[in-house]
Amino acid sequence: MKCQELAEFLMDYVSGDLPIESRTHFEFHLSKCKNCHQYLVQYEVTIKAGKIACDEMSDEMRDIPDDLVKAVLAARTKV
Amino acid sequence: MASATPVDDEAALIAQLRAGDEAAYEQVVRAYGGRLLAVARRIVGTEEDARDVVQDAFLNAFKSFARFEGTAKLSTWLHRIVVNAALMKLRTRKRKPEQSIESMLPSFLDDGHHEERFQSWDEPVDKVMERKEARELVRQQIDALPEGYRTVLVLRDIEGLDTEETAKVLGLSVNATKIRLHRARQALRTLLAPHFRSAAS
Repeated sequence: MKCQELAEFLMDYVSGDLPIESRTHFEFHLSKCKNCHQYLVQYEVTIKAGKIACDEMSDEMRDIPDDLVKAVLAARTKV
Repeated sequence: MASATPVDDEAALIAQLRAGDEAAYEQVVRAYGGRLLAVARRIVGTEEDARDVVQDAFLNAFKSFARFEGTAKLSTWLHRIVVNAALMKLRTRKRKPEQSIESMLPSFLDDGHHEERFQSWDEPVDKVMERKEARELVRQQIDALPEGYRTVLVLRDIEGLDTEETAKVLGLSVNATKIRLHRARQALRTLLAPHFRSAAS
């Protein structure tokens, strides 16, 4: 397996959808290739960072601009 | 910006809404609007459209409070309405020419090796993401993804829809959805790399 193929199957590997035989090849390559290992780690970090950054329950997502509140309430009385 | 008022007693609030209490409507918008705006912003990508989406979603919700069943949480119910409104917005707005993602994907040498040597991201992601600037940066980079890829990434990785649902709401094949998700994640990794490297050094 080459680095390019590994990059192609990364998503299936991460989600556990890679068939067992491909998985073995994949992990063998990973154990030998630091660069691909690094890439895999960063791919997973990217997914996690996205989830954390967009967590709608975090405090920084709590506020709504006043003019939008007013616009919503005004639109309601018009309907 | 107004600070959101937390809702202590959802059942009481719902009863007030059904009774047509003006103050209750305002309380709902203030308590949930910010989070819904954040969800809409991620899906539609622009502030202006996100505001339209939130407004449409609230109007829809206000009209159908009668159908709201107390078994679901109000926040969950509103969340679903805003996601639907955002997807509707995507479908009805003029499609922009598809931006290419190629330049954000890894490149390979003829022998199949990566062209780039990846430098390590040493700091644990949980630690990096404790910083407000890091969270803002990641959100900006998600917004910088080409639209057709950003929407797949947001629906799959952030909203938690499965591949089939995502494919259906975006009118894509399951296979195209998988390819887009993988490319979107790779592109986001490329966009984060310069920042995550420097954060570690």
